[in-house]
Amino acid sequence: MNVLTDNLSLYGRGLLGTVQLTVYSSLLALALGFLMAAFRVAPVASLRAFGTAWVTVLRNTPLTLLFFAVLLGLPRFGLVLPFQLFAVLALGCYTSAFICEALRSGINTVPTGQGEAARSLGMTFSQTLGTVVLPQAFRTVIPPIGSTLIALAKNSAIAGSFSVTELLGTYKPLNELGYSIIWSFVWIAVGYLIVTLSISALFNVLERRWGVPR
Amino acid sequence: MTTRRARSRPRLTAVLFLAALVLPVAACGREGSPPVKGPRPEQLPVYRVATGFQLPGSSVWEAARRRGHLVVGAKEDQPYLGEKDPATGTYSGFDIEIAKMLAASLGFDPKTVVFRTIASANRETALQNGQIDYYVGTYTINDLRKRQVGFAGPYYIAGQSLLIRKDEKGIDGPQDLAGKRVCSAAGSTPLQRLQREYPRARAVAYDTYSICVDNLISLQVDAVTTDDTILMGYAAKAPDVLRVVGRPFSREPYGIGVPRSDTALRLALDDALEQHEKNGDWKKAYDATLGLSGVPAPAPPPVDRYPAAR
Amino acid sequence: MTTTASATALYDVPGPHARRRHRLYGAIGGLVILGIVAGVVLLLVDTGQFTAAKWRPFTYVGIQELLLRGLGNTLRAFGMAAVLSLALGAVLACGRLSEHRAVRWVATLVVEFFRAMPVLVMIFFVFVALKVQPLPALVTGLTLYNGSVLAEVFRTGVNSVDRGQGEAAYSLGMHKTQVMTHVLVPQALRAMLPAIISQLVVALKDTSLGFLITYEEFLHAGKLIAGNLDYDLPFIPVVMIISPIYIGLCMLLSRLATLAARHQRRSVKTETDKVAPAEPGTLLPGTGAHP
Repeated sequence: MNVLTDNLSLYGRGLLGTVQLTVYSSLLALALGFLMAAFRVAPVASLRAFGTAWVTVLRNTPLTLLFFAVLLGLPRFGLVLPFQLFAVLALGCYTSAFICEALRSGINTVPTGQGEAARSLGMTFSQTLGTVVLPQAFRTVIPPIGSTLIALAKNSAIAGSFSVTELLGTYKPLNELGYSIIWSFVWIAVGYLIVTLSISALFNVLERRWGVPR
Repeated sequence: MTTRRARSRPRLTAVLFLAALVLPVAACGREGSPPVKGPRPEQLPVYRVATGFQLPGSSVWEAARRRGHLVVGAKEDQPYLGEKDPATGTYSGFDIEIAKMLAASLGFDPKTVVFRTIASANRETALQNGQIDYYVGTYTINDLRKRQVGFAGPYYIAGQSLLIRKDEKGIDGPQDLAGKRVCSAAGSTPLQRLQREYPRARAVAYDTYSICVDNLISLQVDAVTTDDTILMGYAAKAPDVLRVVGRPFSREPYGIGVPRSDTALRLALDDALEQHEKNGDWKKAYDATLGLSGVPAPAPPPVDRYPAAR
Repeated sequence: MTTTASATALYDVPGPHARRRHRLYGAIGGLVILGIVAGVVLLLVDTGQFTAAKWRPFTYVGIQELLLRGLGNTLRAFGMAAVLSLALGAVLACGRLSEHRAVRWVATLVVEFFRAMPVLVMIFFVFVALKVQPLPALVTGLTLYNGSVLAEVFRTGVNSVDRGQGEAAYSLGMHKTQVMTHVLVPQALRAMLPAIISQLVVALKDTSLGFLITYEEFLHAGKLIAGNLDYDLPFIPVVMIISPIYIGLCMLLSRLATLAARHQRRSVKTETDKVAPAEPGTLLPGTGAHP
């Protein structure tokens, strides 16, 4: 029981590591996912093909394989980055495929008439996209993006096995210090619950604020 | 039109995919395995199997006897210490020889020993959950680990050292590392020691030593640092390109990991180790493995029979 | 076709002029992408990834067998996890649909907890804290997580069947088990199939987590080859061989889910959706039909 109180700083560092990984990877995933979604709905064939390939490959790649390839492969080309950055890269790219699909299906739910009406008012493509389609898509897209980011937070546990400081990895020093392993895991589980429930709460607020049903 | 094409595509993908899977296996397949450098089987010593050996106080030994063979944890990626030939699945090296000679003393034919690869991070867990009977694999004895597992031995004293390119001038020891890029495994003790004691070296961390060596050969880093035994193994694999320099700047006593509660097994292994050091098996094993790197055999360290834990 | 809907919400059906412009953009974009690909290939050649020494190991039977053994272990873990997850999912779904409040409550708690935990935490917990061997630890972790997710799939599937179906069955005097097994589940199964298969893809991908607890699966075999100095450390070749096989397997399974979804959509009297497209040139292949 005193595992937590004795090792508050260790747990704190682990939790912070998980939060950092989650936040940075989320930002990367959102940016990349947005770009890829734009590619996938673009009228230009080659961009569409690129977006499709990106999504298809990444969605069907085991994340462990991606970590393996990025963390052990990139150094062979002389690319030396901190392991945390590598992990953010792998997590962000992987999640971007799922974000892209969520965004794209969100755009697909906007009735065609909305776009037509906007264009008949003389709006340009970027105006249509920015002021009519995306705001409407945004509402339907909040819940799936929320669950994707929760999955991202959970997936960040893999980074611990590749020498990145994060929550799951704290079991190891605690085990070495001779603490009850069961209790160490109980507190790790609580940590993950805190992270995932916070994300879920955040998206509930967003949904209540923006997610007005059409 | 489009629906038909869409429907036939998965079948086509499946066929292509299966073809891609089967073709390489069917088309080309050279018998056997790629040539590897390593200890030659005919030079390795043969250990006499103890007959009628009994160890009633050891639950691990009893279980192994019932099973009919020992299961020993080892490394698979350390040349001349514990290395697994990917193709044949056989293990070789100095640590493996130590494991085999101890098995012989415990009354098991060394040929029947089943080796299992256990990564550094999982060693304690593997011993605790009975995945393996004992562990031989560059396992440094220290007090922290003694809280979780027992250690027979030490059977070798290693020390942190440097591996450089053969044509490198100007690095003769850790004092010459200022401004140089030095590689080690992320989170490892050698890396922490380097950062603490030689802060002017530019430390580079990768996941495994093989990436470090890869980057050393391709000029991305200037030195690799870890236990001299591991470095000697790499140097022996590529003697035209790599060499080990300097005097070791740490002391790493290698022990044989056993489950913490099984003191009987630990002391039996201590006895067996001492016996093999006396009768020359230890030196023969060294000469046939790590000795190939050109470094002569040191004297084996004295065994530490520490009292059983509370 | 419905596939064009996504496009037409954003822009009108392009005319001949716009189509020409799009083709130009497409060519430019294609060239840029080709340039990036060429750059990567050049980098690979530059760092000597295509030298014969790095690829020769794969021509030996011993190495091929090692990889196949690893793949076999991956598929074994997947098979066990898939069967057990389906079973656990069914049990938990029954619990959640139970009439007894206590049973419902326990099942809900179990499902929600295991869905909120990272799979890896459960695998490590079973492996480290309960001191279990790698394969059973991996299968247990995967089963707990995927079983809980599948329980939700089953539950929503059964609930999605038209209420009248169940009511009609009850009025014929069937009891609850009969209503479930003869009326609701068979109908729900059809609707659930794509979701079930998609979840199995997740399970297949997650078998690679076994790599982290020393289970000798596909990735482990790859790493063993990649780290060998005698083979000239063929890391990139290993990745180039392993990833297509992994991705191919998952894609095959995903395809199955897509096919199931399409089959089901077609069977529910939606044949009318064969509306003639405006113009063949406006079809956007590849944008539709992804689950």
